[in-house]
Amino acid sequence: MEHNLYVNSSPHIKDVAKTSNIMFDVIIALIPATIISIYLYSYMAAIIIGVTVLSSVLFETLYNLLTKQKQTVGDFSAVVTGLLLALNLPPAASSIWLGVVGSLVAIIIVKMIFGGLGQNIFNPAIAARVFLTVAFSSQMTTWLSPGADAISTATPLALANNGVVTSNLDLFLGNIPGCIGETSALALLLGFGWLLIRRIITLDITVTYLLTVVIFSFIIGADPLFHVLSGGLLLGAIFMATDYTTSPMTRKGKIIYGVGLGVITMGIRVYGNLPEGVSFAILFMNILVPMINRTTLPKSFGGVKKKNA
Amino acid sequence: MKQYKYFKGGVKVPHYKNTENAETTVMPIPDLVEIPMLHHIGAPCEPLVKPGDEILVGQKIGDSDKYISAPVHTGVSGKVKKINSILFPNGMNIKSILIETDKKQVLHPSIKPPVINSKKDFIKAIRESGLVGLGGAGFPTHVKLNPPEGSKIEYLLINGAECEPYITSDYRESIENSWNVISGINIIMEYLDIDKVIIGIEDNKPKAVEVLTGIAKTSDKIDIMPLKSKYPQGAEKMLIYSLTGKVVPAGKLPLDVNVIVMNVASVAFIASYIKTGMPLTKKRITIDGGAIKTPSNIEVFVGTYIKEAITFAGGFKEVPKKILMGGPMMGVSQFNLDSPILKQNNAILAFNEKQSKMPEQTACIKCGRCVRACPMNLMPALFDVFSQYGAVKKLVRFDVLSCIECGSCSFVCPANRYLVQSIRNGKLLVKAKESK
Repeated sequence: MEHNLYVNSSPHIKDVAKTSNIMFDVIIALIPATIISIYLYSYMAAIIIGVTVLSSVLFETLYNLLTKQKQTVGDFSAVVTGLLLALNLPPAASSIWLGVVGSLVAIIIVKMIFGGLGQNIFNPAIAARVFLTVAFSSQMTTWLSPGADAISTATPLALANNGVVTSNLDLFLGNIPGCIGETSALALLLGFGWLLIRRIITLDITVTYLLTVVIFSFIIGADPLFHVLSGGLLLGAIFMATDYTTSPMTRKGKIIYGVGLGVITMGIRVYGNLPEGVSFAILFMNILVPMINRTTLPKSFGGVKKKNA
Repeated sequence: MKQYKYFKGGVKVPHYKNTENAETTVMPIPDLVEIPMLHHIGAPCEPLVKPGDEILVGQKIGDSDKYISAPVHTGVSGKVKKINSILFPNGMNIKSILIETDKKQVLHPSIKPPVINSKKDFIKAIRESGLVGLGGAGFPTHVKLNPPEGSKIEYLLINGAECEPYITSDYRESIENSWNVISGINIIMEYLDIDKVIIGIEDNKPKAVEVLTGIAKTSDKIDIMPLKSKYPQGAEKMLIYSLTGKVVPAGKLPLDVNVIVMNVASVAFIASYIKTGMPLTKKRITIDGGAIKTPSNIEVFVGTYIKEAITFAGGFKEVPKKILMGGPMMGVSQFNLDSPILKQNNAILAFNEKQSKMPEQTACIKCGRCVRACPMNLMPALFDVFSQYGAVKKLVRFDVLSCIECGSCSFVCPANRYLVQSIRNGKLLVKAKESK
């Protein structure tokens, strides 16, 4: 009896976790924010999200075709990037082409050229948002207040810079001007719950990030709740700072990363010229991740403390 | 008694204990057995017999003068047909003795209960019994039981955790052979002057806990500790930590923290050997897997061919595509069905096509699941990169040699990286560099 047997190194069974399942869970976690954004900004939000997601997927497909590499769109990471980028755009008509340009930057320049999923140094959606903010600053700050008769206005953080106060309840529910997806804290927290239940992310980064912002606010005498609920903080802390590839792998590293994010965000918000600092904070901390990983090596069980590698 | 400590990391594996209620059946003597000269960690034995020799039950057929080695015996009587050579999965060619059995089962005159008057006699007897660690690793027991002069063994820990999926042979041993388990423990305690024994069993085996607790009640020195069912609870370093809170330093042995760990089947064998003098020639194994018709526990002679053991157990229901010696997490996949069963085998698993094919690797997304799963607190994802680039210094600095190859990292990896394989390569790179 002759059999052709598979021979490989152990282990011979696998957990069900797959990259595409993880990405799919992130997409599910973003659904509440997506629904609220469409409810608040109606078809405009839907168009922006659709165009951005589609162009992200398209750019990744094209890149793989042109460079004759294995097709990777099946891992859904381009969908996640596109969706996150769309939620980071203002709800104006100009965002439709901003989404296309942003996808090009995020997928081709930030992700694929660096070697694709898992190899990029910067979070693609954040890097693209920062690029758009710098290159198209007026279009990226065309804020509209939610509702049928959308009128041009300023974001709560920009208003706060000029001394105008927005109620925390409005901030929580999303009844405020801002990017498509960052306005409703409630929707984002629902997504956070889903990611935690599905064990996609751990509490470490998000909690230390938010706690640092709260403590910083206390120290300077600002309203901590206002700072947590406004701007892109929750969207950034829950969905962008926790991106696997561009955040540290060790628990200690994650905590250092979270604290760094909080300090830079508040530093920019309070002392900088820009009203919002989440994107720049994440981009900056992304650069430090390899160094954080090297300096926070865990001590092996029964081993001696490691020197920094 | 409550678990002392909980180790970090580890994974939840499916249990698949299909055979937990399958009582052990004894397989009749096959026409041919092939007994390799290596069933243990250490030096292989040299054959003591030559083709044409008539051999009797219990006769020593292979031995070595090296300290870390254990002699090999035959459990069948018959005629030596040939000295063969078998390619082991680790790439070594090992001599083996092909025996044509006569089924008369005449006992060799040397088989009588050993006379033991001292610890030295005891260690010598254990060596002559051919016992190796039956939990799977096969470390020669006489080496394990021989602590350096002057050191006092604080604990004897008995490993009945059996955290690998499918396997129930230790569980059946604990239930079917429970008196021998306890009496083996008593013998070791007496000769090695140990006063504390803890038996660790995962809490998914309440019946084994109950049966052993019932018997051990007579001794106030033996405790039974149910352990959380978490893989790799049965790994030596994890077990020691769970039962005593002691941490074995990197590169050291349990003896260095005054602990001896033995498998339930090993201690039960010691009891029967002291009584009868019959060396280790039989083994209880679990036969299971998706290609197997009737998952079962059988007792076979060491040297029985895998395919004959499976045929006795009921044969295949699907075409087998992977044959494993041991469990699915750490078992060794075999080249063919003609490999003989070894002393330290506790299971033969036959997987069907669907179970056999490992998914293709995709890019690491640096999710850190492997880091969280590692019970040794290492960073498997980085080893993967370092071994591919041959970064030996980094492999050493990140402590690749501490890896116990439990497979938890590969098990949880969403990108299906072959992490354990990379780590094994990495260890070889480090060893090659060191020996230069």
